[in-house]
Amino acid sequence: MPHNILSISYLIASVTFIIGLKMLSHPASARRGNLIAASGMALAIFATIFLYEDEGKHLGNYGWIFSAIGIGLVVGWMIAKKVKMTAMPELVSFFNGMGGACAALISIVEFDYIYRNGLGTPDTIFSSVVHAGHYLAIIAGAIIGSVSFAGSMIAWGKLNGSIKDVSFKGQHLVNLLILVLVVAGAIFTYFSNAAGANIPFFITVFLALLYGVVFVQPIGGADMPVVISLLNSFTGVAAACGGFLYDNKAMLTGGILVGAAGTLLTILMCKAMNRSLKNVLIGSFGGTKSGPARNTSEQSAIKEITVTDAAMVMAYAKKVMIVPGYGLAVAQAQHSCHELEKLLEEKGVEVKYAIHPVAGRMPGHMNVLLAEADVDYDKLLEMEQANDELPATDVALVLGANDVVNPAAKNDPSSPIYGMPVLEVEKAGMVIVNKRSMKPGYAGIENELFFDPKTSMLFGDAKKVLQELIGQIKEI
Amino acid sequence: METFDLFIRQHMDMVYIVILMIFLGIEIIGRVPSVLHTPLMSGANAIHGVVIIGAIIVMGKAESDNYLALILGFLAVVLGTLNVVGGFVVTDRMLEMFKKKKPKP
Repeated sequence: MPHNILSISYLIASVTFIIGLKMLSHPASARRGNLIAASGMALAIFATIFLYEDEGKHLGNYGWIFSAIGIGLVVGWMIAKKVKMTAMPELVSFFNGMGGACAALISIVEFDYIYRNGLGTPDTIFSSVVHAGHYLAIIAGAIIGSVSFAGSMIAWGKLNGSIKDVSFKGQHLVNLLILVLVVAGAIFTYFSNAAGANIPFFITVFLALLYGVVFVQPIGGADMPVVISLLNSFTGVAAACGGFLYDNKAMLTGGILVGAAGTLLTILMCKAMNRSLKNVLIGSFGGTKSGPARNTSEQSAIKEITVTDAAMVMAYAKKVMIVPGYGLAVAQAQHSCHELEKLLEEKGVEVKYAIHPVAGRMPGHMNVLLAEADVDYDKLLEMEQANDELPATDVALVLGANDVVNPAAKNDPSSPIYGMPVLEVEKAGMVIVNKRSMKPGYAGIENELFFDPKTSMLFGDAKKVLQELIGQIKEI
Repeated sequence: METFDLFIRQHMDMVYIVILMIFLGIEIIGRVPSVLHTPLMSGANAIHGVVIIGAIIVMGKAESDNYLALILGFLAVVLGTLNVVGGFVVTDRMLEMFKKKKPKP
């Protein structure tokens, strides 16, 4: 009887995962969907703790289990609640890495059981002490989990700025070689002596970790969302391997569902940037500055504008389009931005926001930030709509965005971002660009927009500049 | 190869689940607006935290003298919980902002 209740609990959990994901893809139902999936998860966890039976025996070590869950609960809750909205993308990556590590650890422990059983029968090969399918689930879980863990940690480090983009010539060949070694290690372990199978197994796990590192390392920071989404689906598959291992339907459905949905989501994200997944993974943005070098005479042609002038121009404009980017997010300037918008509207200026799908560090990043500052939903224009309205706009105020307004994406085939749809701010009557410095954006390429005669630069931290602007406009 | 064949035959229902879930996963999020990409990724991230069930099983069946299983199992449960709790809470925080964002009538 308890076993039936357990199975039914898993069934309910699987259904909540499906419904949750379904509801998450519609704005109106998204939050409820998340809660439904979470309650299904809680049910599955408690049912496992109290009802799971292994060869007629209940699970033990309750003290250990509950203290581990307690630690995870408190720490996870604190991190998730305390972190700033701008750090959300890297947090998703961090939690994804935790899931990957969890899957890998499960596989390691399960391998250890089999290995110890094998020790009793010397001079046999490892394949004779383990079912092939069982081994496949263990090794796949270990490898995929490790890659996902190491990759997510690198992505996390890159997004919070502690790891720089590094790539070298022929890196893809090296990566491929490591991947081949991982697979070879997995096969070698299976056919090695049962008494010594642990050494090749752990080398394989180590190589998988290394692969995770070198796989993500050369990919530019701007592409991290895509990579995180991909690693997310990897972890899903690793979880599904655990499902095979324990004949557990909830793990299997949850894992595969995320694996499939995550893969599609990855492709959708690439599409939003008008690039293919292969292009993201192999044609790496970061590190190499393949864009044509600008000569210094052009460099000096940038024009600066004072805060007072900028305030004047905007206060007397009919229509202002604000183009937010990562600079706005790091400066936490969304509230100041909303304040400026309200002030301008009071003065009779029409203010809209142009949201590039990949502005910031994640698709939807800007929507989340501006929503936090209570910016009206109707004021946020998607890219196509914004591009239609830009020619009728007097002033485009670019706040810490760079690559998403780079005209090179349209007219310079040699540019690494060529083909990515961009916001055509140069069509506006005037462009004011707020940046902290002339440093290139995440893609590491120059932006010819800054040298456009229509463009004026307004250097400084986005929040500080916005507050100064607000002060000046109030005086007008 | 025979053992593999046996494994597949014993787990035919699992194979069906895998295939159906692949189609379902793709079908479900087919038309998600780009605004929701990040919360959806975060939500999916929380759901694969279901791997914690495996960690609980590992922990729960570890003998009291098997320190490797105890320590790694403990660690796995902690990390799995982090994934589940952190994932759902972060997603909720993101979506909390979307709620206010509904178009005003």
